[in-house]
Amino acid sequence: MVTELGHFALITALCVAIVQAVVPLIGASRGNTGWMQIGGSAALAQFALIALAMAALMHAYIVSDFSVINVAQNSHTDKPLFYKITGVWGNHEGSMLLWVFMLSLCSAAVAVFSSNLPPDLRARVLSVQGMIAVGFLAFILFTSNPFLRTWPAPDNGNGLNPVLQDPGLAFHPPFLYLGYVGFSVAFSFAVAALIEGRVDAAWARWVRPWSLASWCFLTIGIALGSWWAYYTLGWGGWWFWDPVENASLMPWIVGTALIHSAIVVERRDTMKSWTVLLCIITFSLSLVGTFLVRSGVLSSVHAFAVDPRRGAFILGLLVLAIGGSLSLYAIRAPALKAGGLFAPISREGALLLNNVLLATCAATVFLGTLYPLFLDAVNGPKISVGAPFFNRTFVPLMVPVLIAMAVGPMLAWKRGDFGAAMQRLYLAFGTCVVLVLVLLYITTGGPVLAILGLGLGLWTALGVLTEYADRIRLFRVSPQQSWRRAKGLPRAALGMTLAHFGIAVTVAGISVQAFDQEYLGFMQVGSDVKLAGYVLHLDKVERLQGPNFTADDATIEVWRDGRLVATQHPQRRYFPLQDQTTGMTAIRSGLVADLYLALGDQDDQGGWTVRAYWKPMVSWIWLGGLIMALGGMVSLSDRRWRIGVAAKARGGRIAAHAAVAGE
Amino acid sequence: MKRALYLLPVLLFLGLAGYFVLALQPGYDPHVLPSVMIDKEAPAFSLAGLSGDGISREGLKGKPFVVNFFASWCVPCREEHPLLMRLSEKEHIPLYGIAYKDRPEDSRRLLTQFGNPYRAVGIDNDGRAGLDFGVYGVPETYLVDGSGHIRKKFTGPMTAQQVQQELLPMLKDLGGS
Repeated sequence: MVTELGHFALITALCVAIVQAVVPLIGASRGNTGWMQIGGSAALAQFALIALAMAALMHAYIVSDFSVINVAQNSHTDKPLFYKITGVWGNHEGSMLLWVFMLSLCSAAVAVFSSNLPPDLRARVLSVQGMIAVGFLAFILFTSNPFLRTWPAPDNGNGLNPVLQDPGLAFHPPFLYLGYVGFSVAFSFAVAALIEGRVDAAWARWVRPWSLASWCFLTIGIALGSWWAYYTLGWGGWWFWDPVENASLMPWIVGTALIHSAIVVERRDTMKSWTVLLCIITFSLSLVGTFLVRSGVLSSVHAFAVDPRRGAFILGLLVLAIGGSLSLYAIRAPALKAGGLFAPISREGALLLNNVLLATCAATVFLGTLYPLFLDAVNGPKISVGAPFFNRTFVPLMVPVLIAMAVGPMLAWKRGDFGAAMQRLYLAFGTCVVLVLVLLYITTGGPVLAILGLGLGLWTALGVLTEYADRIRLFRVSPQQSWRRAKGLPRAALGMTLAHFGIAVTVAGISVQAFDQEYLGFMQVGSDVKLAGYVLHLDKVERLQGPNFTADDATIEVWRDGRLVATQHPQRRYFPLQDQTTGMTAIRSGLVADLYLALGDQDDQGGWTVRAYWKPMVSWIWLGGLIMALGGMVSLSDRRWRIGVAAKARGGRIAAHAAVAGE
Repeated sequence: MKRALYLLPVLLFLGLAGYFVLALQPGYDPHVLPSVMIDKEAPAFSLAGLSGDGISREGLKGKPFVVNFFASWCVPCREEHPLLMRLSEKEHIPLYGIAYKDRPEDSRRLLTQFGNPYRAVGIDNDGRAGLDFGVYGVPETYLVDGSGHIRKKFTGPMTAQQVQQELLPMLKDLGGS
């Protein structure tokens, strides 16, 4: 009964979405206020209906209603309640429902927070949001309906894929989707602006917080996914350039470019058509990401839906959404007038450089991900570009990005003084050079590139801190005055400092990975292995019984300097229902280094495959991601985004604000 | 002219969509890898050795042998590594390695760290030999008979089962173990 209610709510949501897509658009073109306002109510109604559908599916999972095919295929009575709930989006149908739920959430948020938007722009934005919803609701109802029943109901379900039964993965999709879907708002604003033929500072002031929020969620989603891969897959790797990982990285890179170029539109009224294009591309890449994962065009561990019919449907949606918006762009964008001019060495120039480099990065990842497929399409050889390709192309592109990141924020708008900016950075530069030389001397014969990477991370960090210190006039005025200045600094400026600092932390973490140490081999029970100053002692391996698995649980003592530091328990779990084995790594995590233990197969002489890694500063990689996201959120809390402020600030205030923030 | 520039994004996208249409045709399955090399003569290769002698097709011909493409940057190769170690230590199979698109010092580091299961290792830094063999991704393993013909190809890390049920019996039939 509850399931049917959810099913019905979803069908009704589709009808409401059609209304939301059509009526406000016609209203906006005819100037009919009543029709335009339907967009807002429709968005709210749609959100309520999809939330109901989501709750109904969740209910079916919680009570283990196995007459629902989706529940029978993906759940089991033995499963812990937490994973019954997260199992809702651990499968194709449910994850698509989560996707449209997020979309309706965004539309509803636009409807609620857009009272100060010009009514025709608001109507058009909501209409485009409605069109996207129509596409995806139809996709769910016609090809991937989670509410279908089966009779007779099976006695018990097939359970969830044990690899997916994990806290990291439980939260990874919601964040990732919120990021993907959030960019739909920027997309809708871009399409609405193209229809109106008008892009101005007010438009950018609207697009930026949405893009920034989506970017924060995407950052967290990617970091969680990478962390999950790190501790689950048992190889100590944290990024594999897997097509699906790349699919989430591409919108992140372009989205990063977008949140920067939108600043230029907002402050200087230029780079407009480029920013509109970025809005379209960011969301398009999110859609392509969904398509790649869902259609099985790319095979990968992540793809839990391989069905050509679904692929064809999503492809149709892609062609309509991306092809349509890009065609509109080709027709309307040339009419967008560029505003203020700027010298190459200026804040705008630095942001333009950032955009060019980031766009190139995204293109590189795009090529590396799809090129093997293209070669294959023209009957060429099947090749794998793999990590070497990305290391040789993506990494060198990041170097100028990082170098420029320290200098860019110090340049003035319109025309900057490069020499003056460098003068403020000579201390940072000197420190980096000294550190790099010292480290090179200590680790002679070691990985040179890693040291240079570390130096680059330090340069970025020091550059960011120097800029911040300059702003609060640290050491030049009294500490009390500096503190007052720090408190008075706009949150957007603090957000930038944090986000850029986060990048530095991640870069440092990545660079240092070249110094990791690993052991891989067969260990007899009672034997010792030395790794990075630790002695690992395999004490025993026991058979344990879990709720829906049996586990081989190893007890490994970690000794250092004759002292027992820790006792770790890496496991291998066997899930009889799925006849599947997964590893549970045991990680001793810290800011200095992780000690990572994974248990493998047993060999015929009673030995166990043990993989042990000492990974210095590896947690910095994700920590940096969190700092970036935090920076984004701090920036979002800036008072100029708050309702009403933007409208009031149209006068002289924003100019004064901009001069202080200079961000 | 400037207008044409604005058309570029949509044109690029249409090319991409065209490819996706092609890829979604029934019968196209990205999981199935072409096996055109089976029962064909192994491509000629002559590679410098990682340590000591190099390897070449002519040099290995005469007796069946197993070629394993690997790289230090390849995660699944590490998964396969303990199995290879056991194959060479316990079964004494004629296993040769080709370090695919890998810097020699990195390959060397890998083998000193985890042990070297190969009788000899050839350096294929530019991926030329891999291209000739039609390597799709590393690791890949080829079983070549005494006359130099490829008899079997394993894509991705071999499993203990594949080794017991396919590789070892086939190698035995060819008179190579």
